[in-house]
Amino acid sequence: MALRVELVSPERILYSGEAEMVVVRTLGGGEIAFMPGHAPFVGALAIATATLRTPQGDELVAVHGGFVEVSNDTVTILSDVAELASQIDVERAQRAKERAEERLRAARDAEAEAALRRALIRLQTAGNLAAVS
Amino acid sequence: MAGGKERALRRRIRSIQSTKKITKAMELIAASRIAKAQQRVAAARPYSERITEVIRNLAAAGAGEGSPLLAERDRVETVAYVVVAGDRGLSGAYNSSVIRAAERSMLHQREQGRRTRLVTVGKKAQSYFRFRGWEIDEAYVGISDNPSYEDARIIADYVTTRFEQGEYDRVELAYTQFLSVGTQRVTIRRFVPLDASLLETGDGPTADYEFEPAPQQILDRLLPRYAEARLYAALLEGAASFFAAQQRAMKSATDNAEELIVKYSREMNRARQDAITTEIMEIVGGAEALRQAQSDRTDLLVDHVLMAADVLTNELNPLSRS
Repeated sequence: MALRVELVSPERILYSGEAEMVVVRTLGGGEIAFMPGHAPFVGALAIATATLRTPQGDELVAVHGGFVEVSNDTVTILSDVAELASQIDVERAQRAKERAEERLRAARDAEAEAALRRALIRLQTAGNLAAVS
Repeated sequence: MAGGKERALRRRIRSIQSTKKITKAMELIAASRIAKAQQRVAAARPYSERITEVIRNLAAAGAGEGSPLLAERDRVETVAYVVVAGDRGLSGAYNSSVIRAAERSMLHQREQGRRTRLVTVGKKAQSYFRFRGWEIDEAYVGISDNPSYEDARIIADYVTTRFEQGEYDRVELAYTQFLSVGTQRVTIRRFVPLDASLLETGDGPTADYEFEPAPQQILDRLLPRYAEARLYAALLEGAASFFAAQQRAMKSATDNAEELIVKYSREMNRARQDAITTEIMEIVGGAEALRQAQSDRTDLLVDHVLMAADVLTNELNPLSRS
């Protein structure tokens, strides 16, 4: 028995497959793990790394906000921007991080803070993958 | 000199032929783009379906009251229109039908004493409304062929912000629905406030969901995404409709060019045949005249020539004089 996982962005379905467990971080609620048989659940997601545990190993996904819905052993993650660890451009994320830090030094600005957070999550997600392989 | 007409026609045919090459190429390009645009419409569907489902679940849990994007205004004074048209022409009536429909609807609003505001997508919509003296709040150009979600997000954000600030009391979305390659329909739909029927929990009891954070908080974050997804779908359908319209327009242009080429070729061949016939008639006539002259001495000119020849022979040949 496994969970069906769908990672859906407005432009297309990014990932569709099965997992034994899915871990996401909700807004204000901290991390929550779903396993088969979980009660129906709807949550808003924080900018964080989500983990899909599959028999082949953990698949990490950088999720930049969005929503998660769980029902009938199906986990649907709706997100404007979500990237599988293997798809993250580390160099670009690094540059984005530096740019954001630069802007934050000049002035406090919510947009730059969000950009920095996104870049850090990307790097963290991709970094874990690099450590594994 | 015959052949003047023939030359003119030949030049005409050559120019039509090169036009036909262009329209044929555009037709093929548009046809391939339709398929791609259609795929993007289909790829965007799961997201909006899921998001609608989540909204229903939230509504079933009692969320919905007081969400700014759902709030109907008691008095609607200002109606804003988002008109989705193309950046380029050569697409038949695609641009003009959606633009005209929006303009008619806006005039209708004005008759009822409401103010109208305007947000355009596509160069064609912008230039039309500017030329006709409509005031445009914001114009987005260069995105209509290949709209990204980010484009939709920017436009939806602009419109919903103005709605929430009370500058717009209602927003209508005018775009071309892509029903199939053969059928597209201009539609004007309410964009915000969002349709309250969205919250109706239609099919029986839904499961008891857990929420984190509270349903209302999730809904307030979800509704803007839903608005973006709707606008994104409108942009994608507009793009697909544009290519379908362009393909049709270019196909009929190519067919017309073919017809013209056939018609002018016939005309040219007839002109050439006429010229040849005239020439033959002239040659035949000339030859006939000469032949008649030899056999018929009554021809005055020939008589004189022959007589002169006799005189000359006599004079140059004294021996024959006797």
